[in-house]
Amino acid sequence: MKQLVCIVCPRGCRLTVDEEHGYAVTGNSCPRGAEYGKTELQNPTRTLTTTVCIRGGLHRRLPVRTSTAIPKRLLPAAMAEAAKVRLQAPVEAGQVVIRNLLGTGADLIASRAMPAADT
Amino acid sequence: MTDYQLIVIGGGPAGLAAACKAWQQGLRRVLILERDCELGGILNQCIHNGFGLHRFGEELTGPEYAGRYIAMLAETGVEVRLDTMVLQILPGRDGAPHEIHAVNGKQGYQVLTTGAVVLAMGCRERTRGAISIPGERPSGIFTAGAAQRFLNIEGYMVGRRVVILGSGDIGLIMARRMTLEGAKVLACVELMPYSGGLTRNIVQCLEDYNIPQYLSHTITDIRGHDRVEQVVVSRVDDQRRPVPGTEMVFDCDTVLLSVGLLPENELSRGAGVEIDPRTRGPVVAENRETSIPGIFACGNVLHVHDLVDFVSAESERAGAAAAAYVMAGESSPAPAGTEPGEPIPVCAGEGISYTVPQHLSPAVRTAGAELFFRVRRVTGPAAIVVQDGAGNRVARFARSHLAPGEMEHITLPAALLARAIAPLTLRMEEANP
Amino acid sequence: MYDVVIIGCGVVGAATAYRLARYRLRTLVLEANNDVANATTKANSAILHAGYDPEPGTKMAALNVEGNRMALDICRKLDVPVRQTGSMVLAFAPEQLPHLQMLYDRGVANGVPGLELLSGDAARALEPNLSEKVCGALLAPSAAVVDPWGLALAMIEVAVQNGVELRRSAPVTGIRPKEGGGFVLATPKGEVETRFVINAAGVDADRVHRLLEPIPWQTRPNRGEYYLLDKSEGGRVSRVIFQCPGPEGKGVLVAPTVHGNLIVGPNAEPVTDRRDLGNTAAGLAFVKARAVQSVPSIRFGENIRNFSGIRANTDQSDFIIQWSENHPGFLDLAGIKSPGLTSAPAIGKLAADMLGEAGLPLTQKPDFIDERHVVRFRHASPAEKAALIAKDPRYGRVICRCETITEGEILDAIHSPVGATTVNGVKRRCNAGMGRCQGGFCGPRVQAILARELGVSPTEILMDQAGSWVLYGETKQSVTEEVSPHD
Repeated sequence: MKQLVCIVCPRGCRLTVDEEHGYAVTGNSCPRGAEYGKTELQNPTRTLTTTVCIRGGLHRRLPVRTSTAIPKRLLPAAMAEAAKVRLQAPVEAGQVVIRNLLGTGADLIASRAMPAADT
Repeated sequence: MTDYQLIVIGGGPAGLAAACKAWQQGLRRVLILERDCELGGILNQCIHNGFGLHRFGEELTGPEYAGRYIAMLAETGVEVRLDTMVLQILPGRDGAPHEIHAVNGKQGYQVLTTGAVVLAMGCRERTRGAISIPGERPSGIFTAGAAQRFLNIEGYMVGRRVVILGSGDIGLIMARRMTLEGAKVLACVELMPYSGGLTRNIVQCLEDYNIPQYLSHTITDIRGHDRVEQVVVSRVDDQRRPVPGTEMVFDCDTVLLSVGLLPENELSRGAGVEIDPRTRGPVVAENRETSIPGIFACGNVLHVHDLVDFVSAESERAGAAAAAYVMAGESSPAPAGTEPGEPIPVCAGEGISYTVPQHLSPAVRTAGAELFFRVRRVTGPAAIVVQDGAGNRVARFARSHLAPGEMEHITLPAALLARAIAPLTLRMEEANP
Repeated sequence: MYDVVIIGCGVVGAATAYRLARYRLRTLVLEANNDVANATTKANSAILHAGYDPEPGTKMAALNVEGNRMALDICRKLDVPVRQTGSMVLAFAPEQLPHLQMLYDRGVANGVPGLELLSGDAARALEPNLSEKVCGALLAPSAAVVDPWGLALAMIEVAVQNGVELRRSAPVTGIRPKEGGGFVLATPKGEVETRFVINAAGVDADRVHRLLEPIPWQTRPNRGEYYLLDKSEGGRVSRVIFQCPGPEGKGVLVAPTVHGNLIVGPNAEPVTDRRDLGNTAAGLAFVKARAVQSVPSIRFGENIRNFSGIRANTDQSDFIIQWSENHPGFLDLAGIKSPGLTSAPAIGKLAADMLGEAGLPLTQKPDFIDERHVVRFRHASPAEKAALIAKDPRYGRVICRCETITEGEILDAIHSPVGATTVNGVKRRCNAGMGRCQGGFCGPRVQAILARELGVSPTEILMDQAGSWVLYGETKQSVTEEVSPHD
């Protein structure tokens, strides 16, 4: 039996996961909590949010996120990939910045539109 | 005729939601005055996810959440003036228009008249001075939000070895961000015996990265003439006094402060809006109208929220109420009236630090009311009890746990309020005190 | 070859430069720090004292009273924020009343105008928030609150405009007399020759003098700690409120600042490290405990900043204003402790007079510019604000929200005759970042404006003195390989 705090939403349910009985989850308030409890003990995943460099935009960094959660152990490698990106404004919200990041199937996508700076 | 039916001060999540809602309710001359160069407010620098589960049923980043509302606003005819600073609000008396004085580089000094005002200026961070941390005054001491702006918007690292004071959510989020960007976060130090942030953030920002959290500890010295070189962290006793002999020295170059947020009500005070010393925001009724008729307040300027979803909901309520106020005034020469009857004060009793709204109009007796509040301490199973002026228990709401870091709310149906005697008092009852 | 080199550009060096700027002289000011007015001048009680404190007959007594008049006059001419609030010294018990009488007698002897002894009730009638325990007070209407670094900045700016040279980041590392008179000063940027040297190096004046010769006196640095409270507390008192010294030592003051805040402090603690500007829990607790004796209702929860300053005390009781005995031409303006800020203009004038007596011809320049005007957007009327923005739209862009400071004013600060190069340099010149959020919002923006105007990367911009880095480089720079984005 493992005790976990669910991080799927701000509610913070206290989960109990039974590893010996098919990772059965109790204490969850929704199906996503059960799903979280299962994966957290087998293959924990996280959504990565970070920034990438962008030129000619209103700001010098563009916020990005992975389209789905990726294995937690890949976060440092994913950060290194994000650090290589150099974009040119304008960029649309949701635009793919890196497709199939590190073979995870998740894309790195723009969290916002970045208009070109008026000059 | 006034220049606008409604002027919204602030284009962050609160202002955006209030303006959209007022438009949907039928107002057609609505203006947002925003001091930054773009809409979205502080959400633009909150690039992490976790926003929008209540409002949109999915998990968004801050910029995505802001983007949804900015897109909604674009569908309306709401006008926006960016880079515009409001200097003064002159309230009109007895239904006369309110006057907003503002400046920007394009339109210069502007005096705008409006039927209603929504205050949505947000909040600011408490600083080192507010808590008088002893020590030297080198560079390298940032509020978590200032560091977040440098990191996420401007793309600069504020340090390499970091100690965080306070366990507010921004501090926790910054612990993870700084770590991912290559800094070493040595400690997250919290004065109270419990964390000030959401539990999920403790897990995914500190525990995921093996960042130690020191509860019941504080910074008792900052060393370094020019740039931070060391901080001293001490344990505190139950009176929050540092315990001599418990000092730990951390070699670091940066201190981030996440020690609370303060509603930014200098404009409100200047206008004569009554301020609640507990929330440091305006005193409002359930429609978020302040002590000055036609001036409404919502979001973090009213009370500090932990979830933007609730900011949006509250602001839509304020926007709708502002629209109703304006339209009632336009349809009849008399100022917008309220239903007859005395207002019902809402008091924060034992274990409750504040409530919003602070009073309810008689209309809640037929419409019901939602009350937001924070508790004073962390508890396990407990109940929130609502009592009326005659000592009758109006309602009781069981909770599995309560914490000051999390804003709570309860919904009181009309049936329970119909005959309740003013005032209402909220208090906390612990199952096993 | 300069006629005069002034070492140190605190308020004393600046006042001396301002005085000398009116004469046909080649004058150079060497400041060790990267900005002027950046030591004792920026961290003190910010008061122009009336002059009843110093013992009659001392240099301090004469220079204080004359300095008070001169400083007020300079503030008006050079557009420096000042407000003549008056001051009160409080007695809390009958046994302190003789001390008030003694101060009154000293003040009369020193020529302080308008002194008045008040009963406790009369004092409370003027200052309703004073403690019920106050049983008497000395009222001095000539005391004022001032922007101390603003005063120094104004004087050095006007001096520079009138041809005085200023070098910052130029510590003097060696002084040797020249044969036949005059001196050679070594700095990291080369040597400087001069006929006269004025030592206005503040806390370090003893060290500077010892570069030339052994001296019989030394600095005894003494630290004072302060609270600076939000403007919501700025009206707690309307005058500078002092205390009679008590069993716990010299009292602390409570005063409005010229910027509208409330200042509370200082304590007095001898320190060995002249650069240790730290606050201590014990020091702050002492200040708080003493201050509420005068004004019990102060809300310390409204504190926005603590700071401390180092007083340039010495082992001498009076100011040290004298020529070197062995090296004519080397003038000490040293040990300028309280009331040094007030006395500074009079010290500058005295120094110029002493140079004249020593044979330096003091010929007035006919074209001496003795005025200065500063745009303060927040104090302008709506019509003036509109005109300012019409002239330059950057006056319509508010950068510091708490203090309502515009980009135009920040540009003025950066491009003034002694321009700001650091975030705190901007703060001292135009108040951006001085308010309740303490630069949390405007700091990054000021940094960006400084970088743009000075043509450097924001990572080069310092918070304040050398070594006070704000940023540690850019994110996402650890790799050089570029990846083109997918479409």
